[in-house]
Amino acid sequence: MSQAPLGRACAAVLRRDLTLAWRRRGDIAMPVLYALIVTTLFPFALGPENALLQRIAGGAVLVTVLLAMLLALDGMFRSDIEDGSLEQLVLAPQPLALMLGMKILAHWLTTALPLIVIAPMLASMLQLPAAAMPVMMLALALATPMLSLLGAVLVALTAGTRRSGMLLALMLLPLCVPVVIFAAGALAAAQQGLPWIAPIAWLGAALALALVLAPLACAAALRIALDA
Amino acid sequence: MTVATPPLLAASALSFYRQDEPVFGPLQFELHPGQLALVEGDNGSGKTTLLRVLAGLLHVDEGELFWRGEPLQRDHCAAEIVFLGHQLALKGDLSPRENLHIAVGLHGVRDGMDPTRALREVGLAGYEDEPVRRLSAGQKKRAALARLLLVPATLWLLDEPYANLDRHGIALVNRLLEGHVAAGGAALVTSHGAVSFHGGEPQRIRMHA
Repeated sequence: MSQAPLGRACAAVLRRDLTLAWRRRGDIAMPVLYALIVTTLFPFALGPENALLQRIAGGAVLVTVLLAMLLALDGMFRSDIEDGSLEQLVLAPQPLALMLGMKILAHWLTTALPLIVIAPMLASMLQLPAAAMPVMMLALALATPMLSLLGAVLVALTAGTRRSGMLLALMLLPLCVPVVIFAAGALAAAQQGLPWIAPIAWLGAALALALVLAPLACAAALRIALDA
Repeated sequence: MTVATPPLLAASALSFYRQDEPVFGPLQFELHPGQLALVEGDNGSGKTTLLRVLAGLLHVDEGELFWRGEPLQRDHCAAEIVFLGHQLALKGDLSPRENLHIAVGLHGVRDGMDPTRALREVGLAGYEDEPVRRLSAGQKKRAALARLLLVPATLWLLDEPYANLDRHGIALVNRLLEGHVAAGGAALVTSHGAVSFHGGEPQRIRMHA
């Protein structure tokens, strides 16, 4: 008999989720298209003045990416609960929090990463100065995993309820406020030529905390959901 | 007198309540290696709930569980228990082989076994790479049963393993159980139908609604 080593179990879970996402790659394109359309609405709604667009560009891209991620969040554990895969994950000898961490990573790779990839395009549609672009990418790279982790906890908490999409949005958006403040703060500072490292460092610190705590909270919440 | 080996799994005064309504219990039983137990009872008598409690999906309300004579701790026995519930934990977009790779990743694999061989033994040769959603209900069940052959578990908890299966499928489940019991494993099986099991007289656990 050979016991499954932890690394292989992590790889198996990650590979399964990525394969599943690849089999339904149309779903991956959805948030990307949504972000693209929302960004094109800004110049229509506010008028195509460069100065105005430049001023809102960073914040607009940030909020758009956040909302696009929200679209895909709701499905993070749903199919696993419905088909019993989650039960098997709970019963597996590996720590549940780690396995869920892998699922959250897979979810981030398939929803947030495509959004980060198109973010420079979205930003240039809104005339964001090229100098602020690297800071925006850095802010997104720290803010999106944060949202995936926070979102995962809330998805786990609402796992028992039907049609949890709206409830999820109402619960997650207030929690996003600090993330948005720090990410947008860094961007605004970069655009004015001020030092922007402090808000980025705060984001990084919050992410480190969430990386450790969110999977544990997620595991506890899902155990409760299955115990009902 | 032989030295008594502790039972693999033992329950003493095990009860489960749902919102203060008793679902089952108190139950008392011992399951030794090489033994099969049939959980019998009508619909709604708590057979599935019992299995979910034993698997560790539901918490124990009252009573105690023992694993090899020691109070049961999930960390110690998780690798030795495999649970097959109503939901088969198969991903429709993946093939049976890919589905089994997850089980191997999580639980490890028996010596000399691999997904292809396990699928052949449950009669799914030729369907290894077909997406599971295109399989019939009985074939899905067989794909889930292949997991039992594949992972190295001592205790099988099977919830209605005969459901959706044809005559050959039922014979297959009996054959799997006989092989498992003969190899020193133990199994707890719920069923409300008649079971023809040829590997000795199974223990019977009666559930009362």
